[in-house]
Amino acid sequence: MEMDGTVASKPANAVLELNNISRRFGITDALRDVSLAIVPGEIICLVGQSGCGKSSLLRIIAGVDTPDSGVLMLKDEEIAGPRRFVEPEVRNIGFVFQDYALFPHLTAEQNVLFGLKGMPKKQARERAAEMIDRVGLYPLMKRYPHMLSGGEQQRVALARALAPNPSILLMDEPFSSLDRGLREKVRDETLALLRALGTTVIMVTHDPEEALSAGDRIVLMRKGQVVQTGTGYDLHDRPNCPYAADFFCAFNKVPGTFRNGRVETAIGTFGCEAALEEDSAATAYIRPQAISVAQDTGNIPGRITGRLFLGEVEQLTVEVEGLTEPLLVRTMARLPAVTATVRLSIPSGSVLAFKAK
Amino acid sequence: MSAGLVTALVMLPVLALLIQALQGSAGLWSHLISTVLPVALKDTVILLCGVGLLAAVLGTTTAWLVTAYDFPGRSVLEWVLLLPLAVPTYIIAYAYLDILHPIGPVQGAIRWLLGYSSPREFRLPDIRSITGCIILLGFVLYPYVYIPTRAMFLTQTANLIEASRTLGVSRRRVFWHVALPLARPAIAVGISLALMETLNDIGASEFLGVRTLTVSIYTTWITRSDLPGAAQIALSLLFVVVALVAFERWARREQRYSISAQRSRYFEPHKVAASKGWLLLGLGLLPVIIGFVAPASYLVTHAWSRFLFAGLSSRFLTEAVNTITFAAAATAITVVFGLVIAYAVRLWPGRVSTWFYRLSTMGYAAPGTVIAIGVLIVLATLDRLINEAAGAWLGLSTGLVFMGSGAALLYAYTARFLAISAGGTEAGLARIPQSFDHAARTLGQTTEGTFRYVHLPLSKAALTAAGLLVFVDCVKELPATLLLRPLNFETFATHLYGEAARGTYEEAAIAALAIVIIGIFPVILLSKVGRPKV
Repeated sequence: MEMDGTVASKPANAVLELNNISRRFGITDALRDVSLAIVPGEIICLVGQSGCGKSSLLRIIAGVDTPDSGVLMLKDEEIAGPRRFVEPEVRNIGFVFQDYALFPHLTAEQNVLFGLKGMPKKQARERAAEMIDRVGLYPLMKRYPHMLSGGEQQRVALARALAPNPSILLMDEPFSSLDRGLREKVRDETLALLRALGTTVIMVTHDPEEALSAGDRIVLMRKGQVVQTGTGYDLHDRPNCPYAADFFCAFNKVPGTFRNGRVETAIGTFGCEAALEEDSAATAYIRPQAISVAQDTGNIPGRITGRLFLGEVEQLTVEVEGLTEPLLVRTMARLPAVTATVRLSIPSGSVLAFKAK
Repeated sequence: MSAGLVTALVMLPVLALLIQALQGSAGLWSHLISTVLPVALKDTVILLCGVGLLAAVLGTTTAWLVTAYDFPGRSVLEWVLLLPLAVPTYIIAYAYLDILHPIGPVQGAIRWLLGYSSPREFRLPDIRSITGCIILLGFVLYPYVYIPTRAMFLTQTANLIEASRTLGVSRRRVFWHVALPLARPAIAVGISLALMETLNDIGASEFLGVRTLTVSIYTTWITRSDLPGAAQIALSLLFVVVALVAFERWARREQRYSISAQRSRYFEPHKVAASKGWLLLGLGLLPVIIGFVAPASYLVTHAWSRFLFAGLSSRFLTEAVNTITFAAAATAITVVFGLVIAYAVRLWPGRVSTWFYRLSTMGYAAPGTVIAIGVLIVLATLDRLINEAAGAWLGLSTGLVFMGSGAALLYAYTARFLAISAGGTEAGLARIPQSFDHAARTLGQTTEGTFRYVHLPLSKAALTAAGLLVFVDCVKELPATLLLRPLNFETFATHLYGEAARGTYEEAAIAALAIVIIGIFPVILLSKVGRPKV
């Protein structure tokens, strides 16, 4: 499966390099030939459906699991591979766990101090206090984890992971156990802090929106392999396969034929960049928000069968002549409640095409 | 791997027993079959059936009583029903031999009430019979059924019972048609534990004149010094144990289904009218009175009169020191070994460590006599080899290094009770999420550091509880202690056995009372486990 952007050209100043990392559990390939290079200060989001191998990759980088083959280099030193295996405790890689893994028998301060045992006592205390202050928990540092709220626990976990000044910070779904309202606030604060500190971060998430907004670069995984890497814009606007497309957007899928650099369908012919065979069956991917809707202008007549008001936009279900499935349309226009028929238009260039399944 | 070493050490006695028993001449087998085995096997089976039935009936009805009905004193009854656990089988037999003696307090009172003047005119059937043995064992062993069955009633059946009530099933029919079938796996587990205790018992059976396999092993070795013979009877006993374990596994086969259906809601008991409530309380207290209050008060009065008569003898103090030091040493070893076994399961989860865990914890199912005979074979062989080697090379006799020093006793305690400490530790460790290990490692701790600063502080409570249970079981353990103690070495349990065997009951009342008091500690611990948290 050769795809553009998969084989990252190696940057000269990479802090972490993964070369063909593979890991099997029984008969399933958790990771297959994963290669990746990360430069200092970069925030990487590892995304994919659950079971795609993103957490396994994080565990291998941290050193709590061992790859079956491949080489892992941290600052040009092999830390896992055929020649060497560096134990997790000497790698200097920070980890924020999904359940935070705060030690319940230690206070917030003692949790942060846990990773600073190599330092002289006084200095360690100062460092712990500094980090707890950075996450805004100075008044609460003598509390035990069970006396802290979910958001506060998350921040202690962050301070604890950052205190030893790790080369890289790994975060496994760090915001998933927070309530929806709290999640965005904590996420924004956390990312602001990480950017201010210039920390290199690899963060795992299954939330597409979180990935698009948080990462400098997104690494999309599927079945143990890297499918596509790039910026949020790259992955959202120019997905290289149906899986990538579906991950970030709920497309309308319309059957058609690919001819002359265009995809011909029952509702029109759209120009699109796709490396498909001439005259082959193709599926046109049309974003619901790319379809404009009006009562009088537009070349595709349709009949509204369902309306779902979502706040900023309204989602319409529109039946169209020639298609078995209705089209989903997201619009900011307010149509009168009695509207039964509409006309749709789809600008050429907003449509993607992939080989039909 | 240290876990493998521990497993091998614990398995050795049973293997040695197998080898010894299979080596014995064929003639010995036929001799055994024609003499000892038929009686012993018959008595053992009758005893097991009787005790199993009685424990099941008592345990299940009391469990239903405290979960299905609300009456004054219910919350107290809930935990006092556990108290008979503190009374070892040999102590209840010892106490009742005197309480129900033809010229003892109970029969005397009955005769006085009925106006008879001498035991020749009226006497109750002799307690020294297999029936008497079944009744006494049933009344101290029913808590093994009560504990899991009550837990099952509390957690598993609430929704289903409420559902069947709304479908028009009466309370009584609910018990027979819903609760009882649902609790069957729990009842079976409880019965098998009670029966393992029955198989382990040596004092009660012997005092009450029941010749079980366990008693036969003991007499074959002690009176005839016939080790191959004892080993062969022990092997037959081991078959009975295997059958028991198989029964438990079979009865539990639906347990998984039950747990997946578990809902964390508790069963609302039915409030009964005051008069009926007192009746239920009285009914529920009956097994407590027979299994604990009566023998305990007997022990207290006799211990007190003994204390007034002779004070605390130096003999008592020596026994106390012996009992406590041996139990404490065995506890320390057992807890450390249990930790090794349980920690291997955590560090290297997989088939090998799980097998080590399973094999090493099988000792609990084996009766003390079986373990003791196995240990005897292993260490006696070792002692002989060391003595011969010392004689050949150094020209001196070392005597019995292991047998004489009590090391054999520690070995047997460890082999038998490892399951308690390994199980408790494993359960404690399982509650610590794996992410804690990873967090500690990425924060710069080694495996050892992780154990010391994370696992140890977090499983302290589990380790302490396991240690307490092992300690108390060591104090109570009679058969292995009898067989393996060094010469002229007495613990509370062996002293009591000796006095009872001579028929001089009062002498050992203080020792018996001490055992019961120590035995109450785990009951307190148990009463806190499995209570609904409000």
